[in-house]
Order: sequence, then C-alpha cells, then structure tokens
Amino acid sequence: MTKPSHLALCAAVLVTAASATWSATAPAPGDPARPLRSVASFGTIRDQAERSAAIFAEAGKVIQSPRCLNCHPATRTPTQGDAMRPHVPFMVSSDGNHGPKGLPCATCHGADNSRTFAAGIASVPGNAHWQLAPIEMAWQGLTLPQICEQLKDPKRNGSRSLAQIVTHMNTDHLVGWAWEPGEGRSKAPGTQAGFGALIEAWVKTGAHCPRA
Amino acid sequence: MGNAVKLKVNGEIHDVDAEPDTPLLWALRDLVGLTGTKFGCGVALCGACTVHVDGLPRRSCVTPISAVGEAEVLTIEGVGKTPVGKAVQDAWLKVEVVQCGYCQAGQIMQATALLTADPAPDDAAIDRAMTGNICRCGTYPRIRAAIHAAAKQRVA
Amino acid sequence: MKAPTNAAMTTDRRRFLAVCLAGTGGLTLGFPLLAPRTAMAAEATFRPNAFLAIGGDGTITATVPYAEMGQGAMTSIAMLAAEELAVAPAAIKTVLAPGDNKLYAHPVLGEQITGGSASLAGSWMPIRKAAAAARIMLVEAAARRWGVGAATCTVADGRVHHAASKRSLAYSELAQAAASVPVPADPPVKTGGFKVIGTAAPRVDSAAKVDGSAVFGLDVRRPGMVYAAVQASPVIGGKLGAVDDKPALAVAGVTQVVRLANAVAVVGRHTGAARKGLAMLEPHWDGGLTDLSTEALVKQADAALDRKGVTAATKGDVAKAFAGAASTFEADYRMPMLAHAAMEPLNCTVEVRDGACEIWVGSQVPGRARIDVAKALGLDEDRVKVNSYLIGGGFGRRLQSEWIVQAALIARQVKAPVKVVWSREEDTRQDAYRYHNHSRVRVALDAKGNPLAFDHRIVAPAIMLWFLPSLLWKDGVDVDATNAATGPYAFPNLMVDYVRNDPPDGLLVGNWRGVGETRNGFVVETVMDQLAAKAGVDPVEYRRRLLPPKSRIAVLLDRLAQETGWGKPLPAGTTRGVAIQSGFGSHMGLVAQVRMDGGKLKVERMTAVIDCGIAVNPNVVRQQIEGGLLFGLTAALYSNITIADGRVVESNFHDQPVVRMVNTPKIDVIIIENGNDPGGVGEPGTAIVAPAIANAVFAATGKPLHQLPLPASMVERV
Repeated sequence: MTKPSHLALCAAVLVTAASATWSATAPAPGDPARPLRSVASFGTIRDQAERSAAIFAEAGKVIQSPRCLNCHPATRTPTQGDAMRPHVPFMVSSDGNHGPKGLPCATCHGADNSRTFAAGIASVPGNAHWQLAPIEMAWQGLTLPQICEQLKDPKRNGSRSLAQIVTHMNTDHLVGWAWEPGEGRSKAPGTQAGFGALIEAWVKTGAHCPRA
Repeated sequence: MGNAVKLKVNGEIHDVDAEPDTPLLWALRDLVGLTGTKFGCGVALCGACTVHVDGLPRRSCVTPISAVGEAEVLTIEGVGKTPVGKAVQDAWLKVEVVQCGYCQAGQIMQATALLTADPAPDDAAIDRAMTGNICRCGTYPRIRAAIHAAAKQRVA
Repeated sequence: MKAPTNAAMTTDRRRFLAVCLAGTGGLTLGFPLLAPRTAMAAEATFRPNAFLAIGGDGTITATVPYAEMGQGAMTSIAMLAAEELAVAPAAIKTVLAPGDNKLYAHPVLGEQITGGSASLAGSWMPIRKAAAAARIMLVEAAARRWGVGAATCTVADGRVHHAASKRSLAYSELAQAAASVPVPADPPVKTGGFKVIGTAAPRVDSAAKVDGSAVFGLDVRRPGMVYAAVQASPVIGGKLGAVDDKPALAVAGVTQVVRLANAVAVVGRHTGAARKGLAMLEPHWDGGLTDLSTEALVKQADAALDRKGVTAATKGDVAKAFAGAASTFEADYRMPMLAHAAMEPLNCTVEVRDGACEIWVGSQVPGRARIDVAKALGLDEDRVKVNSYLIGGGFGRRLQSEWIVQAALIARQVKAPVKVVWSREEDTRQDAYRYHNHSRVRVALDAKGNPLAFDHRIVAPAIMLWFLPSLLWKDGVDVDATNAATGPYAFPNLMVDYVRNDPPDGLLVGNWRGVGETRNGFVVETVMDQLAAKAGVDPVEYRRRLLPPKSRIAVLLDRLAQETGWGKPLPAGTTRGVAIQSGFGSHMGLVAQVRMDGGKLKVERMTAVIDCGIAVNPNVVRQQIEGGLLFGLTAALYSNITIADGRVVESNFHDQPVVRMVNTPKIDVIIIENGNDPGGVGEPGTAIVAPAIANAVFAATGKPLHQLPLPASMVERV
C-alpha cells in the first residue's frame, strides 16, 4: 500500500501495520497493581457476544487509560498526565500529525523516554514514531462502546482488518510504550501481552461491542 | 568517567567526557564551553535550550548525548553562518527584540527552524511554532515582527 | 546602612560625581581579588569611584552601577554619557560595576540597588555630570595645549575642536593631560538641544545577546571550575537531616556531596552530573512548618482585615463623611503569593580561597551581597569581591542575597571555584515570594455617587522593615505597601490603614515587579469602575472628575481615551476596561479590550499611554511597557503560588503557566513627550494590567472581580 494507513492506539502513536519499527523485545512487565483479567476468566460467560463485549470492556481499561487517550484527543491538541490536562506548551498536530511546521513533536520527544533528573517532571516521554492520532481516530469524549465501534470501522481505524488490529495491539512498539512510559508516569493496566490477548479473544468471539 | 563521546558542534568535532544520559545542554555548556545555549526549565517547557540536530530543532535539556550520535549540532554560536540564521539575527537587531536576552538564543534557534520549514509563515504559523519558547520580558510581539522581517528579507 | 535622603538627587551629588581620566593605557576597574600581590598593591592606590574612564587608546568606558536585567541600564547610561561627551552611544563601552555600596550607591535608595524602576532616575544627573566634567577637563587640556581659551573650543565626534585655528585633538590624545586638570565641582549639563537623549539608539547589549556571546551569570567560566546542583528543604523552614551520599557519589562525574544546615548540594565535573547525582539522593528533612497551607495563610490575612492597623495616610474626617453619606461601598480584596519565574534560574559562581571570597553573579544588590557573604563567612568586607554579570530577568528576586550566601557556604566546602545552579523547581519553590496581600476598601458616596471618603485598609507584610527601613519604613508603616493606596485621585477625605501581616518564619518573601503599585492599583482601579457603575457614569468620565485638572495624569487619561476611541462602539462580543496610575515618577494608563466567549476570557488588545517625562530612549521605554504589560498579564491570568503540608506545590512552567506567544494580545504603546525628568518605566506596565482586564470583564459580566488571579474557570491555560 502506498497510502499510509495508520492505526492510532496507545500513546500518541500511529503505526503502520507493516512497520518494521515494531519491536520484538519481551513485553514490558506492566503494572502489577493494576492487572488485567485474563481471557480465561471470561469463560464463565456463556453467551459469546456478551463474552466478547465483556472482554473488550476489560481491554478498555487500557484503551481509556491516560497513556492512550492523551494523544487521541477530540481536538487537534494533545493532553498530558494522568489528569489529562492540555499539553504544555500549547501544541497542535498540524496536517501530518507530527506537529506544526518548524516544531515537530521530536523537538521534545526523542526516540526514547528521556530522564530529566529534575525534581518535578522526571522524564519526557519518547518514541521513534511519536505523533498525534488523526482526528478520525479521536477517542477523548467517546464512550467505550463508541470507541469499540470506531475501532472496527476501517474508515476510522486506518483501514485495518480486525486481524491487523490484533497484530498491532500485540506487537507494536508504540502500543507497548503505554507499559514503558518513562519515570514519573503511570503505566497502562496489565501488560501488552495481556492486552493483546484480550483484543485477540475479542476478535475471535466476534468483536462485539459493549452496550452503551 | 572515561566515556569519551564525539560531538559535532557547529562543524567542529569535540571530545566530551560524559555519561550517555547527560543532556546535550550540559555537554555543550560545561564541557564544550559553548554557553550561548541556555538552561531555563530542564524539562522542555520553555525552549531556552533549543539547538538544531541535523537541521531540526531539539530541546537540548532533554536530549541525551547518546541520542545525538554523529548528527550535526548547530547552536546559537554557529547559526549566523547559515543564511536563514543570519537573516533571523539581523531581523532581531533591526526590530530591537532583545531585553534581558536570556531566552533569545532559544528563540532565534526556534525561529530559524520555523523559517527553514516554512519560509513565509503567517501570524498563526508563527504562534504555533514559537509558543514553546517562553520569554518573561515579553518580547513576543517583537519576535513575531522580526520573524516576518526575516522572512521578507529572505524572499527579497 | 547610610541614611538616604530624598533630596539626594538634586542636592549633594558630589559623591557621585567621580571622574577619573585614565592616563596611559587606561585604568580598568576590575581587579581580581585573588590576583598576584602586585595587582593587589596597584588596587590599593586606585580608588575606582568613577563612572567614566577614558583610556590612552581612546576607549571611553562607562561604569554601570546598576544591574542590567533587560531594562536597558547599559544603553541608557551609555546614552547619557554620550550626550555630554558628544560621541555616539556605541562609542561608549559599558561595564557593570562590582558590588560596592560605598562607590555605587543609588542616590535615592542609598545603596547599590537596582529596583523601584529607579535606575535611570538615579543616573540622570550623576552620569551626565560625570560626563560633563570629563568633557570640560578634556577641553581644558586642549585649550592649554593650544594656548587658547577653553570657551573657544567645541567638542564633536570624540574630538576637541578649535574652529578658529582649524585644529582638533582626539580625546585619546588628551586623556593623560586631562587627568591633571582639576575636577570641576558642579559642571553644568545640557538642558536641551539633545542629540542622543530622546533617540531610539540601538541597545548596546543587543548584538551579544543575539549571537550567543553575552555573558550572563550562568555563563561564567573559571579555571578549574566545578558545578553544583542544590536542593534546600522542600518543607518551609526545614533542616537537612540524614542523607546517604553514596548514590550521588556513584554517578560518574560527581565529586562531592556538600551538606548545609537546610540544604544539600552535589558537586560534579559538569551540571548534568551534579543534577543527576542530586536526583539520586533521598535526603531527610527535619522540622519545618509541616502544617502550613495556603488556606491557613489566606485565613490569617482575612482575619487581619478586621484589625485596626497603623494610619499611613489621612485627610479630612472620614468618620464624619461616612456618617453623612447617601450610600456606601465596601469590598474585600485578595491577592495571592507570586513567584518571579525569571528565565535565568538563580545561579552563582564562588571561589573561597586564602581567606578571601570572589563571586561572579548577577545581582540587583551586589553591594549588599558582598556584606552578607562577608558576614556569613566571617571575612572582612574587603576580602569579598562581587563581580557583576548580566541577569536573565530579575523582577525583584535578585534584590535578595540569601541564595548568594548559600552558594558561598557551599563554595567554602569545595576546593575549587564552584558554579551553583538552581533547578527551575528550586527557583520556583525557594523563591522570595510576593506575599499574600489583602485589602478592604470602604467608600462613602454622596447622592450622585461621587466619593466623599475613601478608606483603604491594607494587609501586607513588612517587607521594607528589613529591605530598606531607613527610606521606606516609617512609624510602623511599610511605605511601599501603602504607596498609591488611594490612586491619583483627589478624594475630599481619605484614610489608609496599614495592618502588618508577616509570613511565618522560614517563608521568604520580598519584592516583586511593580511592588506596592501593583497590589494597590488592582484594588483602587477596580473600585473606581464599581463606583462609576453604581453612579451610572462612564468609568473614564468618573475618573476625570476626581483628577486634578491639567495634571499629567489627567492629560494622560484624555489622551488614552482619545487614542482608544473610548466611548465608540466596539467589535461585537468585546468589552474594554480602563486603569490609570501614577507611580515610579511616571504616569500610565491602559485600556484592555477583551472578549468573553462562553465564559472564557480572551485578552485581545492592550493600548497603553505612558508619560515618563523625557524618554531617554523611546525604544527602551516601549520595550519596558510591552514587557511589563505581559508580565502583569501572566500574573493576572495565572499566577498563584500555593502551599500544602508546608511545601510549595508549584514547580515548573507546566503548573505555573506564563503567557506565551499564542495568547499575547496586540499591544500598542503611546509615549507622551514632555520635558519632565525621566521617570521609571520598568514597573508601571506590570502594575496596571490586572485592573484594566478586571474592569473589562466587569463591563462584560456585570460581576466585579475582587481576587487575583482571575477565576480559573475564565482562563484557559496554554
């Protein structure tokens, strides 16, 4: 494909499915204080559609964590921190989702998280593909069922098949950033592997969305 | 100790003895001896430490030297040798932008990055690119005017 | 401390009229304290009580007794000297004076202080007199050489000319001879026909600030220098307890951990190592005001509003006026703690060696810093030298010297020159804050709504009691805090009551750009709009009636109304507010135009008129007003330092926002030209912003604002 088809997920980050940048390194350890339920634990739900929706709701803990939502804003301005306050300094995505002319995201956000050794903000987050989600992938202000529908809609998910979404969630380095967000930043719940497994199970069970 | 790293700054190679996680800012200021790049906040909130790395703006306070590698670092001491940088510096003098002057190295590096990416920015484009650079003396209106002046001079 | 006198500016200025014409090679004022003995001996014979030196090489050097922190002191002083010496300002080399209260005291403030927007007023006569004396001596030297009368000689372009014989000599050729000419006792200065004064001459400091070569305190480099990062107790008033220094010493490049009573510092080969080392430490802090909170401090200041204080000013019979009033107005005001947040975090380079201490720093009180360090180190004052450097924004923070003393105490434990650099977080959390200021205003009104009596109770700390007691603490009243407490208005009866409300021990407070005028301008000028609304009179007209006719401030108000088209329709959805003030020897007015959109405030435009007498450099005047306005705008919109559990909450620009380019309104500055002596321009702009904006919001909403910063619900942070 020539037209880049981006899927915006965790962090500010959009990644092509065929991207060579995804990392094969072991998943980050995650936050033990906020585990994700295992796929198996949903086995007691007899109805498949119901089970599917419940699994997505669990995955939603990640999707709706500040680590993901901050860069899926409804405006073209990212938010920051667990309180999801407006990005300081004021920043806009601009057309290419990489910041305005002359001030790319990479001005501050390097290829990796950067420790500051400051007494306040302990690190500046970074990733080689740091950018803002395109507007059609905005999540802020949406309910989880709305996000779920959006995720299934190729017009609003970067022209992805569900299989591509599973791969993306499981393996993408930028998605993985949510569990390695740098010092001073809370992690997304669970692990990327656990999250990926939930998404995979959700798709296998028919990708049903929770009811509003 | 003994972590000699080579940094290419303003066209010259410098041996810098510092840990890989040392911010470029301090390597430039304390070890290379180029003090024009300023420290303001330490966490990329103010823009005072802006330099160019391979032609793109970078907040040197959050750029570890390990991330620089063999890239070309350009600082306020060297930016006047580039056509855009020279035009920006000239415009700064013409418009009399400077008050305390502390933030201006960062402002000039950021403005040069803007004009390199967008040779004729309008006010909104200037605001978008420059708003990460704080000036407590309140020189913003003059910075805006100077960027326009530099753009005009580049076109003329 | 020497007792200053208000009359010093116009009377005894001999002390400031120190001219030294250097002979061969010229004399320089800066001698390193730790220099070899021979140079020290030379210093003993040289009294650098000079503002001017002319070297045999023709270099004219003006010593700037004040700090250069962006306000243009170097440029203005070069211009004043250039005017009398008939040279271009660029021909004058300016050097910042070292710390010395005896040699470089401000003629009014009585010490070497850069504050109160008083630098130019303090230089206006002394520098010109010094330059005039130099010119007279150069002319005399030329006249003697030619055997002609001095009166037949003229000066131009750095030369003395004798038109009749078509001869001329350069100053450089005359410097040595001129040094032996007696110094004129009271040289006359030009009273008009200025060639330099009044021109927008380029700032003398711009070029170096644009190419990165300017040397701020942070940029000082000394042979063998090491670098320190420091953290003082985050708990206000706390002391350093146990700290394991191993994690810091394990960081490559870290050489030492230094303990002070209330702080810990990590020393390294570069600041990056020092900062990293400091981040590795987990110091314990003992004691301090762990229960302190902003809520408690506000409550305390509110309680003080109910106390009777000390009368600071009184006129007529306020009680009688209230007894006979047709109606009354009353409002309480609350203003928060403020940080200075200059761009250059505090830093200071110090070497302590051989019973002497040398300091490289940018200070608004270098003379005082010298004394304070001498005291702290147990040295004689003459064993401490303070070298002055450019300041990346002062705003009053550097009127304190406790941070310089801290650096000296660190340096005492380090066997090398050490540059101590505060982090932004430290700069925010260990500031000398503008303290909580509360006010209660009561106004007695006649049947038409005109004020019969203005009663202003001011709750403020006793800053001047320790900062400048001889000049600005009188009979239990902080003269600064109560300054401009009734505005420029001619109220028939008035009362200003000062209730002292000091911060708890350990919480450092101090001066903040705009000082008393800032706190009182907000109060008085927003009261005026509420009174005007109550009376159903236009706010400009209401003010006009209360100003002395034809006074400078009355003229200014009319000009402001004219320039802004006051009374004419505004763009839909916008309102405007006015404020005026007299202070710092200047008069100022501002109209702010705002848009209230969905309850959110956008300041679209600010139009200022300034009457500062002779504008020595109109460009610098404009810069100061533009900058002052934006500094004040930041405070009005955002600034609020808070304390919880004894710690300052804010730390950096994300939680202590400042105005950025994206929310900078359009600014116009109009200068009223007249021949009065120059007034200050650094602070008036800051002081006038909040009331003008609050009045514009009042015009839009009908709801008066009695608190700063403006309601958070109204203000979008960027």
